[in-house]
Amino acid sequence: MDFRDTPDEAAFRRDLRTWLGSALPADWAERDPHVGRWDFEFARTWSRRLFDAGYAGLTWPVEYGGRGLPPTYQAIFLEEIAKADAPDHVGVIGLGMAGPTIMAHGTPEQKRDHLRGILSGDTIFCQGFSEPGSGSDLASLRTRAERDGDEFVVTGQKVWSSYAHVADWCILLARSEPGSAKHRGLTYLLLDMHAPGVEVRPLRQITGDPEFNEIFLTDVRVPVSKVVGEVGGGWQVAMTTLLHERGTLGFALTARLEALFRRLLTTATKTGASTDPVVRDRIADLYVDLQALRYTNYRSLATLVKTGVPGPEGSVAKLHWSETNQRLTSLAVELLGPDAPLSGAGAFWGGYWQYQQLRSRGNTIEAGTSEILRNIVAERVLGLARSR
Amino acid sequence: MDFAFSEEQDMLRAAAREWLADRYPPERVARLADSDAGWDPTSWGELAGLGWLDPELDVLEHAVLAEEAGYALLPGPWLSSVGLALPALGGAPKRPTTLAWADDAASRLRDAATSVACRADDDLDGWRLTGVKRAVPDVAIADEAVVVARTPDRVALFRVDLTANRDAVHPLSTVDTTRRLGELRLDGTPAEPIDAPAAGALTSARRRTSALLACEAVGVTQRALDLAVDYAKTRTQFDRPIGSYQGVSHRLSNVYAALQLARSLAYRAAWCVSADDPAVDEAVASARVAAARAAVGGCEDAIQAMGGIGFTWDHPLHRFYKRARWIAAFDGAPAAHRAELAEMLFAG
Repeated sequence: MDFRDTPDEAAFRRDLRTWLGSALPADWAERDPHVGRWDFEFARTWSRRLFDAGYAGLTWPVEYGGRGLPPTYQAIFLEEIAKADAPDHVGVIGLGMAGPTIMAHGTPEQKRDHLRGILSGDTIFCQGFSEPGSGSDLASLRTRAERDGDEFVVTGQKVWSSYAHVADWCILLARSEPGSAKHRGLTYLLLDMHAPGVEVRPLRQITGDPEFNEIFLTDVRVPVSKVVGEVGGGWQVAMTTLLHERGTLGFALTARLEALFRRLLTTATKTGASTDPVVRDRIADLYVDLQALRYTNYRSLATLVKTGVPGPEGSVAKLHWSETNQRLTSLAVELLGPDAPLSGAGAFWGGYWQYQQLRSRGNTIEAGTSEILRNIVAERVLGLARSR
Repeated sequence: MDFAFSEEQDMLRAAAREWLADRYPPERVARLADSDAGWDPTSWGELAGLGWLDPELDVLEHAVLAEEAGYALLPGPWLSSVGLALPALGGAPKRPTTLAWADDAASRLRDAATSVACRADDDLDGWRLTGVKRAVPDVAIADEAVVVARTPDRVALFRVDLTANRDAVHPLSTVDTTRRLGELRLDGTPAEPIDAPAAGALTSARRRTSALLACEAVGVTQRALDLAVDYAKTRTQFDRPIGSYQGVSHRLSNVYAALQLARSLAYRAAWCVSADDPAVDEAVASARVAAARAAVGGCEDAIQAMGGIGFTWDHPLHRFYKRARWIAAFDGAPAAHRAELAEMLFAG
């Protein structure tokens, strides 16, 4: 056990800090936090710079445009990104879900056609899993993929798809065997979002922002060459995607929480609440929650490096992060006192905390509800009987 | 960056777990807990034979052993000896030893090097201590105590032979009978001065013991969870195992989450102590807060999940719960540790 960087890790961290110092705008650290969604074109340009500097896909194999580094380097990268408050890579779905799934199950052509573009930010992926009638019970999905020669004809409706309005491709789960039930008869497809029959409608959420989308698919033709894994074997492939969604997320979530925690400290100081013992107690408690998340990620990473699979301790990261984020943002809004109900230009930081607080309510729902995650821990980790 | 125990440390853990499971099954722990002494004095020699007192053990190895000792609820003065007393003595003590820091001037370890009521006088025939030291862990079963006292010019540490001064030892009835507190009522009691500077030794004792207790709390939480999970798998009501009800299973999932989070911080705290890392005080405070929450909350959830059984004297769970509360109260309640964290956070 040693938490210090190895000499190679220390050199990597130093170079990254230097690079971040020069790559971010000069006044970056002094800017007030940004309200609402990021500016897509800015994020895309930033992603391209990350890629050109070799910081996209650190753990991806060199042949796919990555650096082939151990996962500790990705952890260092996310730590430093958080410290500098630098923006995320735009290809969140591609980097975290589509890419790893294509690497694990894709054909050589799919790897050639899709992986590099994910890293450079040229190709944006979205996810087409959830449907209006299939949320937690994903396997009940009804979007149809009917075979027609060398193509599948896809018809159905997907929902809660972030990035769909800017996406080029969609990782889509559809039922390819009519009348099949549950986990059988599903096929995992790469669907071209620019193809005829694809319609994206923004879904306005609690914050007022259209961050998510609905995708309406009407007779969309997908070549058979875009099937990932076996026809009818989509569920296993989707499990890879979800494993990566939950497995690699921890560090990114911690990085974001750390940035929010620093802003909470600043807010407490600016509002004069930092001398209130009750506020100090709650802030210290949140700090322990943040540290616990951070070091649980490290421990999970150590298990991954040692054994090749993430440890069971990693299963609590998303559960804990989402609830901590909700507590943190609620406290921040509380600190604003009588100004808490404001939004927009007249509010503290332009309504940043009010936005974050409302947005945080989605954290315990998206990417596996807390109830589903607790079921997973109970059944797969603790070995308790399946609940019905 | 490597957050994993070494192969040797893993072997040490496996050996400790096996020995504890064999020698300290819950029925025996219960018998010892309810006995006058509260422990088996021959176990000191057994622990020495197993290497638990070896001078080459680092705090990381002690952390591994403390977690396993917590899982078994090993009664005895081992943790007082290698946590509280070791820094003053410059190594693991040969006989059961504790530390007496608290008195009417200060209750917390962080203040013990500056606020001391107990007096040390250099008599013609050697040093003599006078005053009441309070809340001394394991004082009734230790052979020796390291005592913090004030000489005319400084705060210093002294060794008091408790076997030769039994009348100074006043055991107090303690909720956790496997780790009892007591008072040392010193009245011109002879003592040997210790060369080690008091401030450094007390800081080290505070950090070491906090980290080790956090690990012990992790062991306690794991045991409470295991007991409750086993029960939830076998106990049926309305023709189903109660673990299939989300009211039960989600509660236990929460215990698991709190346990894993606390475990990460407890191990990290032990490493920070071992490496004398600049973040050590933040690390031990964070670990204490998380570990107390996991252990106290985890035992409470386990008691709830087990229904009436977990509430009985005969079931071992209450003994783990009482240890959890002992740990949470040691050297200041969690709120005191959070106050220290807030100081650090707002200082920069």
